[in-house]
Amino acid sequence: MTPPLPNDSTITDNLLHPLLNTSWRFYLLVAFLGSIVLMGLSTWAFQMVNGFGMTGINNPVFWAFYITDFVFWIGISHAGTLISAILRLVNAGWRRPVTRCAEVITAFALMIGAMFPIIHLGRPWLFFWLVPYPSRRMIWPNFRSPLAWDFFAINTYLTGSLLFLLLPMIPDFAIVRDKSTGMRKKIYGVLALGWRGTTKQWHRLETAMSIMAVGIIPVAVSVHTIVSFDFSMAPVPMWHSTIFGPYFVAGAIFSGIAGLIIAMATLRKFLHLENYLHPVHFQNLGKLLLLMCLLWGYFVFNERLTVWYGNDTADMNVFWTTQRGAFAPLFWTMVVCNFVAPLIILGIKKFRTITGCVIASCGVCVGMWLERFLIVVPSLSHKYLPYSWGHYRPRPVEIMITISTFAAMTLLYTLFAKFVPIISIWELKAGKHLAPAHEAEPAAERRLGETHA
Amino acid sequence: MKALYALYPDGESAQKAVDGLRAAGVTDNDITVISAQPMEDFEFGHMNSKTYMWYIACAGGLAGFTFATWLARLTETSWMIPTGGMPIVSWWPNLIIMFELTMLGAILASVATLIVTASLGRRRPALYDPEVTISGKILVGIENPSETSRPQIERALQVNPAVQLKTV
Repeated sequence: MTPPLPNDSTITDNLLHPLLNTSWRFYLLVAFLGSIVLMGLSTWAFQMVNGFGMTGINNPVFWAFYITDFVFWIGISHAGTLISAILRLVNAGWRRPVTRCAEVITAFALMIGAMFPIIHLGRPWLFFWLVPYPSRRMIWPNFRSPLAWDFFAINTYLTGSLLFLLLPMIPDFAIVRDKSTGMRKKIYGVLALGWRGTTKQWHRLETAMSIMAVGIIPVAVSVHTIVSFDFSMAPVPMWHSTIFGPYFVAGAIFSGIAGLIIAMATLRKFLHLENYLHPVHFQNLGKLLLLMCLLWGYFVFNERLTVWYGNDTADMNVFWTTQRGAFAPLFWTMVVCNFVAPLIILGIKKFRTITGCVIASCGVCVGMWLERFLIVVPSLSHKYLPYSWGHYRPRPVEIMITISTFAAMTLLYTLFAKFVPIISIWELKAGKHLAPAHEAEPAAERRLGETHA
Repeated sequence: MKALYALYPDGESAQKAVDGLRAAGVTDNDITVISAQPMEDFEFGHMNSKTYMWYIACAGGLAGFTFATWLARLTETSWMIPTGGMPIVSWWPNLIIMFELTMLGAILASVATLIVTASLGRRRPALYDPEVTISGKILVGIENPSETSRPQIERALQVNPAVQLKTV
């Protein structure tokens, strides 16, 4: 049971407070994060001018930090829309304050993730070559390539996620429109698209959300499966595996939930949302995180055991380099962050507090980034023929660009929370307006068959 | 546009007003109910609930599927590569493109249906009162009521003496 919510006008006032009032701390935070993002963009420009020699990427390790970041951010994007869609479909009452916080993560994480294949291009201004259209010689991009699949999957998911985020924002824009004056009223009036809140509009909105929730779940699963195909379609040691699809999806949901918990705790603290984001929300998400932790451990065990039992020379070279070789410290850190720590913190009820959930989530984010790094780099540096083995060491350019994406995510989230109610006001109120069941249900059933469009 | 309406503090009184309007001979299509949140637990929250959106979404999905099948096949057959009689269209990888565009078609069709059927973005003036969002009241009213039916409508909307009738 979630604790009772404040009354309607208090909900509106509390949730519109960040939109209608701006403190100096907001500008300071935006300036700080913006400067890091600018440094990242400058570093990218530096890389474009001087070439990929500025990075640690080499032959044979031609995918490294950037593809790790790509997979990591696409994984984080699984927090929002997927979780929100599942909770909507099962009509979980506790979802109401959580959904928008989650959906925003998806939208921004996807945008950042989709940037990495472009950052990874030597000539990023030719990114449109990825777009499926025929060249001047009427040659199309290869639709059998996982990179073309990525284009379709990520763009479908991004479009769906943005619409899934934007549609429920329309009624909230109408609230801001009616509560504000001047230029703000005009801007939110345009964004509200003439929303009035008629029974027909509410019904159509909820139907559209249900259809999208049904559609977006398989799309979300497909996206990370297809990202895993970037690896598993290649004959590279420890990549060419049928388990990669579900393993990646489980990992993505795992890191996504962790990202969501961190975002919610931050919002709760700095926007004073204690009346809306209750400990029970964190406990429920913490249980979900624990479940995904166990699932992740199961997949890792499966993957490792199969390779070990197969005893293929090339696979075992990668296996041992991660278990007790150069990558072993990273591997065991990953195991502690992704499995041991969450299992202890979230498995013991006493520790499953907001602080406990946040600590476990921070560990999971670090662990999941390491997991992606350990999938990419050890396999590429230990391919089938030992003469092609190599080493990889990240250079400042890659580290700076990676750091700047975390700043970009925080900046985008901060700006969003400034201009849009971060908790859906109408959804929160909808949970409060319940009629006595004995009066409403028979009447509703009677009328349902009689009404028409 | 002319309109006659009243604002109600809760779902029960709004339901009484809607029932009264029906008793006065007003059809559901002519009754406007506006609220700050969906009122699904009340009967009036289900007025105008019949929609073909699910079917339209399926049609959108079918359109996306057809387009993807055509596009993927086109890309593989548009450049003549000698394959020695082996098939050149790769259906297994094409399934991925077909799946993604099917879902995209369904999603876009749902959103387009929402925009059209919910009259989003329309410029025509319509019955509205900001008190709905500001105070959380429920508006029940009639747009362009006829002069002959006006007294009956006023009686139906006046579910208790505290209710104040408004006109536009």
